[in-house]
Amino acid sequence: MSALPPYATTGQRIWYYSFRVIVGLILFFLIAPILIIIPLSFNAENFFTFTPKMLALDPEGYSLKHYRDFFSNQDWIRPLQNSLIIAPFATIISVSLGTLAAIGLSQSHVPFRRAIMAILISPMIVPLIISATGMFFFYSQLGLWMEDSLGLSKSLTGYIKVILAHAALGIPFVIITVTATLVGFDKSLTRAAANMGATPTVTFFRVQMPLILPGVISGGLFAFITSFDEVVVVLFVGAAAQKTLPWQMYTGLREQISPTILAVATVLVAVSVLMLATIEILRRRSERLRGMSPG
Amino acid sequence: MSEVMLAADGRPLKASLNRALRRQKLRALMLIAPLLIFIMLTFIIPIGQMLFRSVENQIVGDTIPRTVAALADWDAEAEPVPGEDVFSAFAKDMMVAVELKQHTRLGSRLNYEASGLSSLFRKSGRRVDDMGEGYADQFAAVDPAWADPATWVTLMAAPRWVERQAAWDGEGAEPKFILSASITDDLPQTASIYADFARVTQSEDEESPTEETPWNVVYLALFEDLTANPDVQIAGPVGDLVAATVPQLAAFTQEDIRAAFVAADDGWEETRVWKTIQTYSAPYTDGYFLNAIDLQKTPDGVAWQPENEQIYITLFLRTMMMSVLITVSCILLGYPVAWLLANLPARKANMLMILVLLPFWTSLLVRTSAWKVLLQQQGVINDTLVWFGLVADDNRLALINNATGTIIAMTHILLPFMILPLYSVLKTIPPSYLRAAKSLGATNWTAFWRVYFPQSVPGIGAGSILVFIIAIGYYITPEIVGGTKGVFISNRIAYHISTSLNWGLAAALGAILLAMVLLLYWAYDRIVGIDNVKLGG
Repeated sequence: MSALPPYATTGQRIWYYSFRVIVGLILFFLIAPILIIIPLSFNAENFFTFTPKMLALDPEGYSLKHYRDFFSNQDWIRPLQNSLIIAPFATIISVSLGTLAAIGLSQSHVPFRRAIMAILISPMIVPLIISATGMFFFYSQLGLWMEDSLGLSKSLTGYIKVILAHAALGIPFVIITVTATLVGFDKSLTRAAANMGATPTVTFFRVQMPLILPGVISGGLFAFITSFDEVVVVLFVGAAAQKTLPWQMYTGLREQISPTILAVATVLVAVSVLMLATIEILRRRSERLRGMSPG
Repeated sequence: MSEVMLAADGRPLKASLNRALRRQKLRALMLIAPLLIFIMLTFIIPIGQMLFRSVENQIVGDTIPRTVAALADWDAEAEPVPGEDVFSAFAKDMMVAVELKQHTRLGSRLNYEASGLSSLFRKSGRRVDDMGEGYADQFAAVDPAWADPATWVTLMAAPRWVERQAAWDGEGAEPKFILSASITDDLPQTASIYADFARVTQSEDEESPTEETPWNVVYLALFEDLTANPDVQIAGPVGDLVAATVPQLAAFTQEDIRAAFVAADDGWEETRVWKTIQTYSAPYTDGYFLNAIDLQKTPDGVAWQPENEQIYITLFLRTMMMSVLITVSCILLGYPVAWLLANLPARKANMLMILVLLPFWTSLLVRTSAWKVLLQQQGVINDTLVWFGLVADDNRLALINNATGTIIAMTHILLPFMILPLYSVLKTIPPSYLRAAKSLGATNWTAFWRVYFPQSVPGIGAGSILVFIIAIGYYITPEIVGGTKGVFISNRIAYHISTSLNWGLAAALGAILLAMVLLLYWAYDRIVGIDNVKLGG
């Protein structure tokens, strides 16, 4: 398939090219919806389609007004700030607990390994709506308790609730990526370190951590994007003060859809391109370290 | 026999090794423990509790316990409307419930089973205050001491509470009321309702029972207790008052509690209402699960819901059908892409892989917004079709707010979840097999269908289960692009949690959905293994 042999018949030639056209169309289907919103977000009018001026490539048809709205309208700035507060904290919790647990799971003798793994992965398996409703009841009680017994402010408990809920959702991704990295980890390195007199803590931070860091970072990116993207759980667990960017987009899509949403979407696409690039670089680095093909 | 081998510290080697192993296990568990506890506490147990709501029905027994007990041996065949004893018990329960503002909650709960009960409870709640007022007046007429809160405290309270209450300096909360031990035997009804009165007075109104005249229903209970047992001997100072009151009871005008309820709302004369309360008085119920599959629990047994209310089986079937359609579309679109990716040289494949991974990494909301914008009647797709003349301008396609919109958008969103596992399987199939088949005389099609395809089935299986599991529980995309005809069971669960507040039914629907997903997940684990889940290629 990779190249057409010189002896191919006409039929084979037709099939060869039409197959590529089909695959091209499918890839177009995958990527076009994401790319098409980028030019649309520069629309000078409040329309969701290309205006005649835009099609004529007239500079007057384009403007940055939706971006100005995004970065000046409190309806969008607050959610952006909330997302940028919640996602990093949720990521820190998922990554620190998840990495420890993944290291524990990769030891050679772990009782009930399968059962533990199933429990830790469950936030990824259980449909979000079920997780959200379960957390809704749990966190409303926990929130009341934190306000009444610990005397925390309503806004702070609101953030804690959403952060904890998002941390739980991000954990499976950290577990999966870090466990995968640990499969290729040479255990004799930790033994060698211990042999030379390093304490377990020193061994962990000086020997093991640098080697599994790519896995930890990509797990962290997954956890970050899970929280940054999440809308169902925050809808149920959060209060209006914790409105995140996806929540605001969701509200916009359900009620009065404003073209600013396209500007937001474009910015988020740029963020995902950055994430994808980081993951790709990390993956190549770890493959190189393990002596696999550079890809 | 050779002697026992010893380790360096002098212990037997076997014991020493076992110890080391145990320590290693313990250390692994210590590393896992924080996360395990976190997930158990904030995820597994809350979901378990939520699912438990699907069978829980304690609200009826907790809110109207006396009525439930009195109704236990009511037979609707023999008497269509329960007797005075049930109404009297109900008046007392309602008095407590109204004070605690729980009667409307109970009304909404029972309204799920029989419509009209919500307003019935709400209306009657306003009238229950006056029930038994006649008795209160008549007791006070016999001796004004009956209207004195102090008389009641002396009669009802345990001596140690009286002491504590007297010692209380008015700072903080008043000591919790304690019922005297003997009064429960002497005047059972009165003691029980008075205890409720004292508790509610203290907790809800933050008043003291020593200063509040009891509810009218307490006098009703006293009248009933004394009529039932006129010879009761009560120790203490109030004993004489009771003894003096008993002979006067015969002259009391009796109040018709049932008539009072019927005057509030004649729904209380309907057998249906009482049958519903009786049917749903058990602490656990299968009613929500029956509702979740369009059945209902009627007083005469399990029956279908009325035709126009049968929506859940249809909704489950629609969710399954649409998930299957989405999965099939993903296979059809994903297979050629995965094939090409697996058969191109690594460098080219990596370039094309970006086209698959970028949508995978792009926010779900971004992709859903994109489809919402593209699929509109005035959107880019319709505009393009009109421009090409494929569709008339006044006859634009309805691509959104229906099942078509949901299927298009969800196929797009889930396609990477099909391509990635499929690609990792196709990559392991050696191309030489296909060449060998061809050199043995197979046509292209035979070589593919008989040699290549069977080896790719595990990849299709893994991708399909993954896509299906995700699709079946989807919420956001159907909610935004699905309209009314393209929504899934998840949307109904969310509706019951946040709008109709029928949490029991939401939990039952959720439990069925979760069971389906876990079954599929178990199959996925058998076929692929959890450890082999790959993210991002």
